Amino acid sequence: MDLLRFATAGSVDDGKSTLIGRLLLDSKSIFEDQLEAVEATSHSRGYDYTDLALLTDGLRSEREQGITIDVAYRYFATPARKFIIADTPGHIQYTRNMVTGASTADLGLVLVDARQGLTEQSRRHAVLLSLLRVPHLVLAINKMDLVDWSETVYERIHEEFTQFATKLAIPDLTVIPISALKGDNVVTRSENTPWYAGPTLMHHLEHVHVASDRDLVDTRFPVQYVVRPKSDDFHDYRGYAGQVAGGVLKPGDEVVVLPSGMTSTIEGIDVFDQEIDEAFPPMSVTIRLADDVDVSRGDMIARVKNAPQPSQDIDAMVCWMTTQPLRPRQKLAIKHTTRMGRALVKDIQYRLDVNTLHRDQDTRELGLNEIGRVQLRTTVPLLCDPYSKNRTTGSFILIDEATGVTVGAGMINTGA
Amino acid sequence: MTAPPTHADYQLSQLDQLEAESIHIFREAAAEFEKPALMCSGGKDSIVMLRLAEKAFYPAKLPFPVLQIDTGYDFPEVLAARDNWVKRLGARLVVASVEEAIKNGVVVDDGKTSRNRLQIGTLLDAVEKEGFTALFGGGRRDEEKARAKERVYSHRDDFGQWDPKNQRPELWGLYNGRLHGGEHMRVFPLSNWTELDIWHYIGREQIEIPSIYYAHERQVFKRDGMWFTESEFNPCKPGEEVVTKVVRFRTVGDLTLTGAVESDADTIDKIIDEIAVARVTERGATRGDDRFSEAAMEDRKKEGYF
Repeated sequence: MDLLRFATAGSVDDGKSTLIGRLLLDSKSIFEDQLEAVEATSHSRGYDYTDLALLTDGLRSEREQGITIDVAYRYFATPARKFIIADTPGHIQYTRNMVTGASTADLGLVLVDARQGLTEQSRRHAVLLSLLRVPHLVLAINKMDLVDWSETVYERIHEEFTQFATKLAIPDLTVIPISALKGDNVVTRSENTPWYAGPTLMHHLEHVHVASDRDLVDTRFPVQYVVRPKSDDFHDYRGYAGQVAGGVLKPGDEVVVLPSGMTSTIEGIDVFDQEIDEAFPPMSVTIRLADDVDVSRGDMIARVKNAPQPSQDIDAMVCWMTTQPLRPRQKLAIKHTTRMGRALVKDIQYRLDVNTLHRDQDTRELGLNEIGRVQLRTTVPLLCDPYSKNRTTGSFILIDEATGVTVGAGMINTGA
Repeated sequence: MTAPPTHADYQLSQLDQLEAESIHIFREAAAEFEKPALMCSGGKDSIVMLRLAEKAFYPAKLPFPVLQIDTGYDFPEVLAARDNWVKRLGARLVVASVEEAIKNGVVVDDGKTSRNRLQIGTLLDAVEKEGFTALFGGGRRDEEKARAKERVYSHRDDFGQWDPKNQRPELWGLYNGRLHGGEHMRVFPLSNWTELDIWHYIGREQIEIPSIYYAHERQVFKRDGMWFTESEFNPCKPGEEVVTKVVRFRTVGDLTLTGAVESDADTIDKIIDEIAVARVTERGATRGDDRFSEAAMEDRKKEGYF
């Protein structure tokens, strides 16, 4: 059984909570005591129906105010797959949460109301998913029962979205007509949409092919931790522990250690007390090298003829996540793979309007929940790839040095 | 030229993916924090943590101690399992005792406050005394609604408090371990595991867990619809009758608060079958401490609970 991580986007009005509730209910992932608690709360508030949104609204202040504050993670499994849902709210702190939820997602699920068609919000969802390079996108056209299961409505929204998506990086798009409330095309195929030949939502989630999204060609191994037992049994053991970020590593491979540029050969790859033949993403392994080279946390092991170019000048799309705006000359801490450094903001080239894709070149700063193209100069060279090639070696976070808070998320551009 | 690798050959099962992610978290925290410790109750989740930590640093020993809060009301079978693990791993064990904390006036036993709640003050006192800057906890996001929104690196202020409305955004696998003096981090390597994942992993790795998770005969009495174990710490009230039942525990904690369920599941496979069809969450079924209010866990977490 494998794992699919997906992010959902949409507001309560689009029926997102109802849809998640249905996926959880139909896969028997909601327990009686959870459902009873939600039913009791709905009843005590005088609702006519069980508000499934209460299942995901975890914090007391959220329940009191009837809003969702933060990204909530939900889990369910079918015999085919385990699923992790990053459920993000549609309104408050929207961009920040959506970017967070999408950063680890294999698939993004955007909901639209069939009666409304595409809205500014659904376009924004698609833009953010594309920016975060979520490889698969599902557009679920919900409330089809309220438009009499009209194929024309489905085709019109499908066509409009496809037009819009040509401006985005969306390698795989699936458009599914559903009714989350009645269950049509969610888990079971609907008899109301004989004109629709595609999969149900659940079938698609269970079978969408995600293994090929990983880069198995460009070897990238950020060193996390040096294992030195200093015990009698393992006196000379020196292993470099980390999680494979790209490519396939094998004993005997000639490798280069960055940024020093020293070369060596992989002597062995260990997973706990076993030696393995090859390591690939996202395995956590420990690598032993044949030569006594100096390797420490923050270094990267790559292939001699295929290594990232160390760079202190970084060109990236940055999502800003705090109220104090980002401005040129600002200094921040930066974390990229396992490497920490400091970064100076050299320039803000433009602010991206995520609704229209317009680039505002006159901007001098980035405010909370704004995204823009930023030039940074770092104190240490980053061993990075374009985000479009590798989501692990192409991403970084920015940290306010005074408060310690994560204030920005960056995606490195091609040809930095 | 060899053919490029095909993706079909390079797939990890969901358990392997979860394991890889947890090991990554352990190594990250061990590298970044000056003084981490692993909180171990001896329950199944904390034992799975010990196993993952063992794998993360092998062949070196754990680069941090194991911290246990001794409530004085712990199941002897649980302490035995913990001791076996600590001994086998050659780890350093730090025990912070609630009894000691009461004696020293660190926490006040008013006879009404549960041992579970008294653990909070005891824990925070130990964090301060030992100077721990990060604590690994076995919390999972599927356990409870307040946990569903908690970060893998969960920041605590200098009072040990969690501020759920003001959490740091957490993106990709890039964890932010920045701290000020007096603050500490709770690190949850099992965030993305479910109860069923834990059991599948225990089965796959043949992990030793306390015997009370398996069905056994026990002297119990019924209170609030749950079966509680008979012991000197938890005397029967009038009207409660001690009977012998075949039971097992789905969670283990303070024995005055942890209820057993009737079950004949005496192997991992039977437990997995039982959980796969269970209709009540593990905490709802067996934890008196989470039943008091809808936001019971959130309140305890804000104060500094695990």
